[in-house]
Amino acid sequence: MFETLDQIFILLKQGVLGLLPQGIRPLASCLLTVSAVFSVFGLLFAVTTLVERKALGRIQNRLGPNRVGPFGLLQPVADGIKMLTKENIVPRAADRLVHFLAPVVLIVPVALAFSVLPYGRNMVPVELDAGLLFFFAVGASTELAVFMAGWSSRNKYALLGAMRGIAQMISYEIPLVLSTLAVVMVAGTLSLPQIVSAQGGYLFGWIPQWHVLTPWGLAGFVLFLIAATAESNRAPFDLPEAESELVAGYFTEYSGFKFALFFLGEYWGLFAVSGLAVTFFLGGWHAPLPMLQWVPSWLWFFGKLLFLLSLFIWVRGTVPRLRTDQLMNYAWKFLLPLTLVNLVAAAAWHYSRSWDFPAALLWRWLACAAIIAIPYVLLGAALGGGRQKTQRIYRYAD
Amino acid sequence: MLGTGIIKGLAETARNFIGSYTDPERLVTVEYPDQKLPAKENARNFPFLVFDGDDWEKGLRCVACQICEKECPPQCIYIEKSKDKKPDHLGKPQFYPAIFNIDVSVCMSCQICVEVCPFEAIKMDTAFELSTGDRFDALLLRKDHLAKSNDYYNSIHPTEAGEIDARRAEERAKAEAKAKADAEAKAKAAAAAVTEKPPDPTAATAQKTNPDAPSPEPPKAN
Repeated sequence: MFETLDQIFILLKQGVLGLLPQGIRPLASCLLTVSAVFSVFGLLFAVTTLVERKALGRIQNRLGPNRVGPFGLLQPVADGIKMLTKENIVPRAADRLVHFLAPVVLIVPVALAFSVLPYGRNMVPVELDAGLLFFFAVGASTELAVFMAGWSSRNKYALLGAMRGIAQMISYEIPLVLSTLAVVMVAGTLSLPQIVSAQGGYLFGWIPQWHVLTPWGLAGFVLFLIAATAESNRAPFDLPEAESELVAGYFTEYSGFKFALFFLGEYWGLFAVSGLAVTFFLGGWHAPLPMLQWVPSWLWFFGKLLFLLSLFIWVRGTVPRLRTDQLMNYAWKFLLPLTLVNLVAAAAWHYSRSWDFPAALLWRWLACAAIIAIPYVLLGAALGGGRQKTQRIYRYAD
Repeated sequence: MLGTGIIKGLAETARNFIGSYTDPERLVTVEYPDQKLPAKENARNFPFLVFDGDDWEKGLRCVACQICEKECPPQCIYIEKSKDKKPDHLGKPQFYPAIFNIDVSVCMSCQICVEVCPFEAIKMDTAFELSTGDRFDALLLRKDHLAKSNDYYNSIHPTEAGEIDARRAEERAKAEAKAKADAEAKAKAAAAAVTEKPPDPTAATAQKTNPDAPSPEPPKAN
């Protein structure tokens, strides 16, 4: 019973494929997987926009959308109809071809990134040995779309937004990759399903062996989340589309469904990165406790994904937007050194495997935690703590 | 230490999030078309014309002096003066606006017309649900649309309207007293003329030539 429920989608797909003639089975297999991924993440996009608006409203002591359908649940439908029926305006001075291609170029790599994520036990659309490499390779090409959109619009807001976007995405790509590198070092593989299976099993019978529960994994997880927030252009790193400064940043000149595609691309990028965080640090589709293993693995994956998404929404509702110089300083002076230190901690963790004395695990944990925590405190003091708060003097007021 | 501020902020927003479900007092917004907050007394939107009594055409305070038309910065007011006159609240004959138009698509709600009006005739409204399906004719408000009763004015700006009503009542009382005194004086003079004129016409001429002669009632200071 558990096996069937866990593998239900695999069994369904095999059942459908069995009905088809031999010749078209590979193609049909691809189409089935792609349509499943697209529909699930399309639905997740709709749900996330609604949850985000509701949660942000509550954080700001408002009600949030509650007009369409019961409790506003049909709001994404209304939004979708609105987007589809809106006029598609292309500026006269715009480069029409590039302007048209930019949203497509944004969606395609993001959709490709979904293909290597393990959604459950045996549920990987494409099992690549270098899955991580593929993920970051296609993920990095979204920057091209951002610049295409900003450049082709012939609009200064769009261009400024695109420039900011490029600077930010390239800067944060480095800590993003480096924070996952610690996992790769310890797991010894670039394949995402193997990294998930490396986190299986329970220590002492109940503590999951997720990477987030190791000191370098915890630090890597936090660093990864920060860099992922910046990579997906979300608050507090939403400078490329800062509404109050740049209208909508690089997609200022987009309307109707192309605008919706940018929106979709942004959220899909967030889902993909969150999926990677789940895979790398939160144990993928593994259950957090041994007695919860009867819950299907794909439910665990999407549960953890939703948890991360709500974390992103919570952060968006909390932190105000950074300035450009703060953004760059944060990436190069703070995140980059800490990710390098984290690599050292991961190496120390790897080589202290063979320690064999009483409470070795505890000592190992504390030693690795110290390797990260001491530079963190020192770096924090050097960057922000040295500044004294001074009384602000107003020269002309009162 | 670095990062404590973020945690404090996250705690605050989490408190808001949970609090907004458990404590309805935290929700500061109202669901507008269903629930409406009463308009604030100092709110202002577009001007309207105040009239006294029940008949707006008779009671309109505006005397078509056209000061507001001249002062209006975006020139959204258009007034045409009447040919005839009608009595105002003091009984004095005054012109009235034959046409009084305000183009609310041009009006910028600056309240200058209200400040310059010497007759308390034009005041700012608080009504804001003014959308129309017609963006040309329906945005040109005419006299009949602009005229609103003094009771309405009292209901939207009670303090201000109360002061004005008190002042106008005082003026009216003074004017009435003066009119009564004038009438009495006239009646007395007439009576005196009737009694004195036939026997001694010189007395009347003496009174006429002598301006310092004591009049039956001292003239009212105005």
